[in-house]
Amino acid sequence: MKALIEWVDARFPLVNVAREHLTEYYAPKNFNFWYFFGSLALLVLVLQIVTGILLAMNYKPDADLAFASVEYIMRDVWGGWFVRYMHSTGASLFFVVIYLHMFRGLLYGSYRSPRELIWIIGMVIYLAMMATAFFGYLLPWGQMSYWGAQVIVNLFETLPVIGGPLSEWIRGDYVISDITLNRFYAFHYLVPFILAGLVFAHIVALHKVGSNNPDGIEIKKGPKGNRWSETAPKDGIPFHPYYSVKDLLGTVVFMAVFLGIVFFIPEMFGYFIEQPNYEPANPLKTPEHIAPVWYFTPYYAILRAIPSFAGTQVWGVLAMFVSIVLFFLLPWLDRSPVKSIRYKGPTTRLALALFVVTFLVLGWLGTQAPTTNLTIMSQFFTLVYMLFFLLFPCFSSAGQPLPLLAKGLLALSILTVVATIVYWWALWSGGPAAVYKIGYTVLSVLVLFLLGIRPLLRAEPVKPVPERLTK
Amino acid sequence: MKIRFLLLLVACLYPATVPAAGGSGADLDHYEYTVKDIHSLQNGARLFVNYCLSCHSAQYMRYNRMASDLEIPEDLVQESMIFDDTKIGEPMTATLTREDGEEWFGVAPPDLSLIGKLRDPEWLYTYLRSFYIDDTTASGWNNTVFPNVAMPHVLWTLQGIQKPVYATEVDDRGHESRHVTGFELIREGSMSPEEFDHAMEDLTNFLYYMGEPARMVRIGWGMWTMLFLALFGVLAWFLKKEYWRDVH
Repeated sequence: MKALIEWVDARFPLVNVAREHLTEYYAPKNFNFWYFFGSLALLVLVLQIVTGILLAMNYKPDADLAFASVEYIMRDVWGGWFVRYMHSTGASLFFVVIYLHMFRGLLYGSYRSPRELIWIIGMVIYLAMMATAFFGYLLPWGQMSYWGAQVIVNLFETLPVIGGPLSEWIRGDYVISDITLNRFYAFHYLVPFILAGLVFAHIVALHKVGSNNPDGIEIKKGPKGNRWSETAPKDGIPFHPYYSVKDLLGTVVFMAVFLGIVFFIPEMFGYFIEQPNYEPANPLKTPEHIAPVWYFTPYYAILRAIPSFAGTQVWGVLAMFVSIVLFFLLPWLDRSPVKSIRYKGPTTRLALALFVVTFLVLGWLGTQAPTTNLTIMSQFFTLVYMLFFLLFPCFSSAGQPLPLLAKGLLALSILTVVATIVYWWALWSGGPAAVYKIGYTVLSVLVLFLLGIRPLLRAEPVKPVPERLTK
Repeated sequence: MKIRFLLLLVACLYPATVPAAGGSGADLDHYEYTVKDIHSLQNGARLFVNYCLSCHSAQYMRYNRMASDLEIPEDLVQESMIFDDTKIGEPMTATLTREDGEEWFGVAPPDLSLIGKLRDPEWLYTYLRSFYIDDTTASGWNNTVFPNVAMPHVLWTLQGIQKPVYATEVDDRGHESRHVTGFELIREGSMSPEEFDHAMEDLTNFLYYMGEPARMVRIGWGMWTMLFLALFGVLAWFLKKEYWRDVH
């Protein structure tokens, strides 16, 4: 064995890689609950690829055969139902895990310097996941697969001039058809491997700068020397075995949730597998209510919230893209002198709590059929979503002078709030009752004041950051 | 704090209320479905092949799968449940062709393999019992759960014939509207109402089973898996505790 390792090591840096990334990768010793989700995301990716390949052995990407081949997997392939439910549950849980992983980043400022690139690669991973999930959702060729894809591809149709040809180019046809199914299958198989490459880059970048932690303290800048090494950070512990055994425990708990869903509630009450998807795709029969899968619904709610004007609906599509792009800018929007929420002021905590609520409410709104009252609600929460990012420089400034760009974002926020209120009161014919308009007007101004203006009038208090990790 | 994290996790998994099943707004009767009652499933299968299978296929359901899941000997299935030259390993196909179905009913009778997934069991159970005579429809039958359904009441010889009992409501603007509040049996069938309800429970159970035959084993596998994970979890917890003793 030793001879074999030496043989390999003379040709490939095997021992070095293991040391650098496992046994001598020093991670802060105070990781908490939120730090499970990175490794869990990797686990789900591997599970998705493995179950996906098994499914591909029996699935047929053909409009006439696809639906039946899924039922063949569910009934006639030995253990096929288990593999299929693992894959469908895994898709949803991948997003649950990634949303929690992103929330961890927001909590502890993991996107701040020197980790901007890790965050950006992470966001690209998130986009690749959305693409994969979208392509994959068409494959069972059920009613919701078909009409969901129809709705999403039609978004591109709203773009001026190129819209029509572009959506036709994506579909390869005038409607979603066998041709579309074939190419979506090809992409659904390809993108996960690009995803795996991006994950590799994400981890390489992380291990270059080192992990952040709940205190937001750079352990590499702190005192040196621990039980394992003279030169390693004093507050660091080797990833293996400490975090590998801890993650093992996290994995068992996570798998209990995962397999609990697979065995007991695989459809998750219509959220993971929608009921209409048990009916084969029928281009002539539109379902009563089309909603995308839950992990897309916050963006779908934003899309629907923006009214069409100047004769085009492209604004909703733009707002949806902007709402995703804003995440990319976080490293530069956050101007706080501290990283972690533990040492940030109360307004930042309020803003983050508000953002979580907003994301969940928008997610719920995206599953509902639109009514006037729900539409004004979506508009308000879309506004809060945007304000969270646009006002981030203000409420995180902690008394530091605002740079010109941040002032511009503040002006843009004020303009957006005013435009929204004008729309509600003057432009929206047949809008909701006055009581709703008054309520949401007051709330919008309140959010603008609390997150944007008050932090400038009274500097947000920031707690002193200790030099060493707290517990 | 921990509780809040858990709540958040739960909130992520349950982002909204359960979407409602399609169809009319009729109240559905409560019904406890089970795939554990093998006799109920066998009786449901018998009703299905005798009354439904002439027009509706179950193209994803093989006879021998049903035989082994429902503990019916294969030769008995071949002898008393297959009425043509279909082999036991083949799926259940209707005698009626698609074209004839479309011609006779205006719409081809849908395949029923997945009806137990597409519709809630409560819906199926109520639907099967809610046919009434209506001389305004083409078939002479109507249904409160699925208004103007193309299917006639195939099971009328069992249930008998029901006449609707109407209630008239007047709204604020003085418009009268009438809706069905119940049924009156105007001709008895071969079964008493209780017997018929039980038979429809059995048939619904069978449709529910047929929607996902794996349901028969899924829950059991789940129990063993949870047991394994619980034991593994205890070991993993001790392992973590042992390693982390020297981290301060």
